[in-house]
Amino acid sequence: MEMTGAEIIIKLLERQGITHICGMPGGANLPMYDALHQSEIKHVLARHEQGAGFMAQGMARTTGKPAVCFATSGPGATNLITAIADAKLDSIPLVAITGQVPLSMIGTDAFQEVDTYGLTVPITKHNFLVRSAAELLDVIPKAFCIAMSGRPGPVVVDVPKDVQLQMTTFDTWPEMGCEKPDVKIDDRVLDDMVEMIENAKRPLFFVGGGIVASGASDLVCQVAERAHLPTVSTLMGLGAMPCDHPLFLGMLGMHGALYTNMALELCDLIFAVGVRFDDRATGKVAQFCSNAKVIHIDIDESELGKIKQPVLALEADACAALQMLYDRLPQIARPDWVASVHRLKLDYPLAIPGADDVYKPYGVISHVAHALDDTAIVTTDVGQHQMWVAQAFPFRRAGQLLTSGGLGTMGFGVPAAMGAALAEPERTVVCFSGDGSFLMNVQELATLAEENLNVKIVVMNNGYLGMVRQQQTLFYGGREEGSLFQAQPNPAHIARAFGVPACDLGGVEDPVGMLHEMLSAPGPCVINAPIGEDEMVFPMVPPGAANKDMISEVTCERA
Amino acid sequence: MSVLNLEGKRTVLELTVANHPGVMSHVCGLFARRAYNVEGVLCMPVGNGDCSRIWLMVNETERLGQMMKHLKKLEDVFEVGRHGADHEVFERLEAFFE
Repeated sequence: MEMTGAEIIIKLLERQGITHICGMPGGANLPMYDALHQSEIKHVLARHEQGAGFMAQGMARTTGKPAVCFATSGPGATNLITAIADAKLDSIPLVAITGQVPLSMIGTDAFQEVDTYGLTVPITKHNFLVRSAAELLDVIPKAFCIAMSGRPGPVVVDVPKDVQLQMTTFDTWPEMGCEKPDVKIDDRVLDDMVEMIENAKRPLFFVGGGIVASGASDLVCQVAERAHLPTVSTLMGLGAMPCDHPLFLGMLGMHGALYTNMALELCDLIFAVGVRFDDRATGKVAQFCSNAKVIHIDIDESELGKIKQPVLALEADACAALQMLYDRLPQIARPDWVASVHRLKLDYPLAIPGADDVYKPYGVISHVAHALDDTAIVTTDVGQHQMWVAQAFPFRRAGQLLTSGGLGTMGFGVPAAMGAALAEPERTVVCFSGDGSFLMNVQELATLAEENLNVKIVVMNNGYLGMVRQQQTLFYGGREEGSLFQAQPNPAHIARAFGVPACDLGGVEDPVGMLHEMLSAPGPCVINAPIGEDEMVFPMVPPGAANKDMISEVTCERA
Repeated sequence: MSVLNLEGKRTVLELTVANHPGVMSHVCGLFARRAYNVEGVLCMPVGNGDCSRIWLMVNETERLGQMMKHLKKLEDVFEVGRHGADHEVFERLEAFFE
């Protein structure tokens, strides 16, 4: 066969089963776009490369399979960087293919030249600068293999324009990239873990994004039920155990419920699976579960002992390890511990004031949740609304919540929701956003209108960078510097200008009826949901403090 | 006392890596972004040139185990070995650093 590098790339993506590519064309990746012209793969034209990156992330987070985004050299590549870094921190399989200036011009400060390889070293699982068209036959399948094997992550393939145009001959297509087999599980460690779980008086099951990524959520429930393990989740693990499961204790950490963090104080064993002991979850590490021994299962060996030194550690896929553990696990009743955890839950519940009032944060979330069933996908942006959603939305399905957990990227929600809708068009996708985050990838509303995706964007609007204002109120003497938006464009007006249907719940007679009507209509919409500007996310662990030192009210009056 | 052992306890790491531009930046970047100083670096191709060997001299701290786990995760790093600070690869070079 004789083909150009660009044709090889597109053909290999087809063979890999890629159906959509989100991206933006430019001078250095035009040969790939030319090859795409002949392809069955649908191109989704983003309006900014960061939008393309997050759309691909939305697809990858929804399907669990690597998704692809395209960008040109220079600013195209730098615009992708936030989405790539975000995928790294949340372990999302992403293959970003960027154009580069021709090989002979690399290092000359050519037009739209940037060192994409160098820039993406610290934010990718691996990256490639391709030097010949023939090399692509090896690199593209390998990029997919790396992105999806072990702990998933982003891979960048930087392809100089002359490599895209170079003609090469080859005999056969390579095998498509697939997941490398998991490491062999040491079953003696599992036996020891079972023994520790059996002997523990007050154990807690601590689950995170690794459960969602490995599809182990059913096993989490089975293990928890058999050994009577009360279970806490990180932000990334929400949905791994249904929120109304009797053993579920909600999200731990900075904005977790008081009873959740109190249970962690009391426990004598932490059984941590698919978590990385992030600082938002642990609070001050030295005081995190200070009375507990830790046993830790993670697919990434470098996470074991990184933050908390485990007594037993196992490098393994969560699903495989939990299955083997379940097979060894006896029924263990712990009536006293389960009862005392339930008592904690009753005595120190999560306060969700205003759950009926659609003009209050929890009210917006509850009303939206009532209009949806568990098949819906929820994305969030970053800030107060994200934490309110994490606390109050009833997640019952792994993969139901797509949120920027590690990097905390404002602007994630809208394009990620669009990616989810591209991957699973039969589902309703709701993006909870804030008036700050909404503006950060607002240009993608054009793509949303173009693709007519079933994405409902609910903008919880308080006229502030609310989480910044909250910290200023609590920890900076109420001095609000740079957190108030003096100009406040109405999200509904913005949406209409892009051709997206919209409504404003502010000042209407029947806001709940309007909300339901918008959510049940097919296609995209933007809903402006005004909330009070003084709303806070409580409880809260002050940054750097121990989880037991939560605050639940304003201790410093606003200036 | 050797000039290479001026302070703290040292250790020598031996890495077998792919030989292409960018491998050094992966390896050195790993140390740099974790604020882990690399005291000495040596790199030469081995065999037919597909692979290289990198010798690193680093301080031995409690984070070294973590660093080695991260090194093993790099796609371009095939093997990671650890030697004592007295490994002759750096000792023999001392004459060039006087």
